[in-house]
Amino acid sequence: MKGSALIRLLLLVLLVAFLLTPQSFRPVFQPFAANGAPAIYTQSSLLALTLSHLAMVGVATLAAAIVSIGLAVLVTRPAGREFLPLSRSIANIGQTFPPVAVLALAVPVFGFGPIPTLIALFLYGLLPIFENTLTGLTTVPHSVQEAARGVGMTDTQRLISVELPLALPIILAGIRLTAVISLGTATIGSTVAAKTLGEVIIAGLISNNTAFVLQGGLVVALLALFIHQGFTSLEARIGRQAGAMQPAQ
Amino acid sequence: MSAGFDLQATTRRGAGLDRLGVLLAAIVAAGLALQPFCLFRANRIVAAKPVGLLSALPPLESQIVLGLIVVASVLLLLRTPSPLRLSVSVLTLVLLAFAIGRAGVYLTPSSNTYARVAPGGGFWFAAFAFAIALADAAVRLRMPPLGRLALLALIGGALWLFLWSGACDALSILREYANRADVFWREARVHLFLAAGSLAAAAVVGIPLGILCVRVRPLRAALLNSLNILQTIPSMALFGLLIAPLAWIGAHVPGASAIGIAGIGIAPAFVALFAYSLLPMVSNTVAGLESVPVQARDAARGMGMTARQRFMEIELPLAFPVILTGIRIVLVQNLGLAVLAGLIGGGGFGTFVFQGISQTATDLVLLGALPTVALAFAAAIVLDAAVEMTRPMTSASARKSKSLFERHDE
Repeated sequence: MKGSALIRLLLLVLLVAFLLTPQSFRPVFQPFAANGAPAIYTQSSLLALTLSHLAMVGVATLAAAIVSIGLAVLVTRPAGREFLPLSRSIANIGQTFPPVAVLALAVPVFGFGPIPTLIALFLYGLLPIFENTLTGLTTVPHSVQEAARGVGMTDTQRLISVELPLALPIILAGIRLTAVISLGTATIGSTVAAKTLGEVIIAGLISNNTAFVLQGGLVVALLALFIHQGFTSLEARIGRQAGAMQPAQ
Repeated sequence: MSAGFDLQATTRRGAGLDRLGVLLAAIVAAGLALQPFCLFRANRIVAAKPVGLLSALPPLESQIVLGLIVVASVLLLLRTPSPLRLSVSVLTLVLLAFAIGRAGVYLTPSSNTYARVAPGGGFWFAAFAFAIALADAAVRLRMPPLGRLALLALIGGALWLFLWSGACDALSILREYANRADVFWREARVHLFLAAGSLAAAAVVGIPLGILCVRVRPLRAALLNSLNILQTIPSMALFGLLIAPLAWIGAHVPGASAIGIAGIGIAPAFVALFAYSLLPMVSNTVAGLESVPVQARDAARGMGMTARQRFMEIELPLAFPVILTGIRIVLVQNLGLAVLAGLIGGGGFGTFVFQGISQTATDLVLLGALPTVALAFAAAIVLDAAVEMTRPMTSASARKSKSLFERHDE
């Protein structure tokens, strides 16, 4: 475990160094740039693209988390329960929508730029979080529910201090999925002129410059790795805190 | 999906009104009142002129259509039996398709081949609402897998008949289609080949790898971890990164270029889809084999089955539904990802999507995106039904929680 933590730290240092001083990595990428093409993307700053990419993913994921957790809570309350089977199948079917198609269909309605990308990321991000929150809330053990009712908790108290905390690790797993998927999908946003790292990859595809494709792809992959890692350790820590009460998954 | 709450029938309350129906009727009303039913363009690129439902059709026809939509909405609004709701939703969707087709004919001047009529927000809102009503009725009826397949075949057949009859030919998306009918079917074949071919290759490689992972413990973590890392590379970058090595192989390995291996075109797309398909195939095979109950293994051993017999007759059949779920995940995912092949000259429906995006031609985007969505949708329904039919009845309640997230939960 110690070795892999060291590797991750090294990768993080490399990533930050690359984003701050991309030119110093020129020798690494030069072999991939055919016939004297530039080895490092300079049209816009890689750091700015990365930050804009992350901001877009962050905003979309946050919005998706708020809306879908809210909806999942709603359909698991007695008042909204009749919508549960339907919302399940909508979530199931919605996942089959290819993210590229969501993006392509959003363009005619919202035009070019960051907006269609944000909307596609938001819509596509709703489903994993919704699905996981539902799973989390509906698998709280019956005995725990009964005990909470037994000590005189109201419905709201049970939701806030029993059900949601128990479901939190699964909900976080859903948010992690959304964030990682969005990170990859956001690169496609550059085909509709959103400022993301996809810009670098597309520039490479158009000018047949593998060096650009490589650096754009590597930065996104590393970001995905760190986000995945961060969430996984958070989930593990919260799971441990919930301790023996954690329902079997 | 049908794993629901038995309470649902009894908890539907309200003063004779269906709560979902109220929401859907509101969507239909708002869509038709506030949004144009269709959009008229004098040619392909000028700004669209919105046309409401009442002026999109000849006066009498438009009143009949509006009347029928109102009747259908009222039927959804009231607490009507599910079979009725199902038929009403299907019939109204057919009516909407008929109306938009007629609007295309009615609004396009007969001599004008440049004018375009496209469905507007009102049409899409209404179609969305009735599609949800259809899904809701199907869920409430708890349709068995075969029933769902029959419904899908019915809707698909109706759609095909409708397009084939030419009733919608005046619509802009079908104008785009008519302009490139040959290319469309060629790209459709490429798209299917990319999605299904890479799935087949991944199944041939991934299932044995999964079996191997269960047998050889140390291999398991290493393989699943590296496939996981592969999955984090953005699809667009992976497509791009494969160009250089494949170009090299095509140029240097004898016979490689003869079977179509080259830097651009279909080969990098195929390899990238194959790579993305491996993780779900391997991890679902592992999960499936590990879900075989210990009692079943013990019983088989007790009956004196050999290791080979146990594997072929007990473990593999019991693991099959989970492996099939992996196939479902991969196929749906590949049908969507194959769109990206259009970016690197690999063909498929993505060709139209990206051409349409670069020309800001909405109809062309739709020509690529709608068949993709329809294919993914149909594949999901068919394979979900297949998974359900192969699953032993006892695990009905576990069915749902297993179906979608195998790919990610690893």
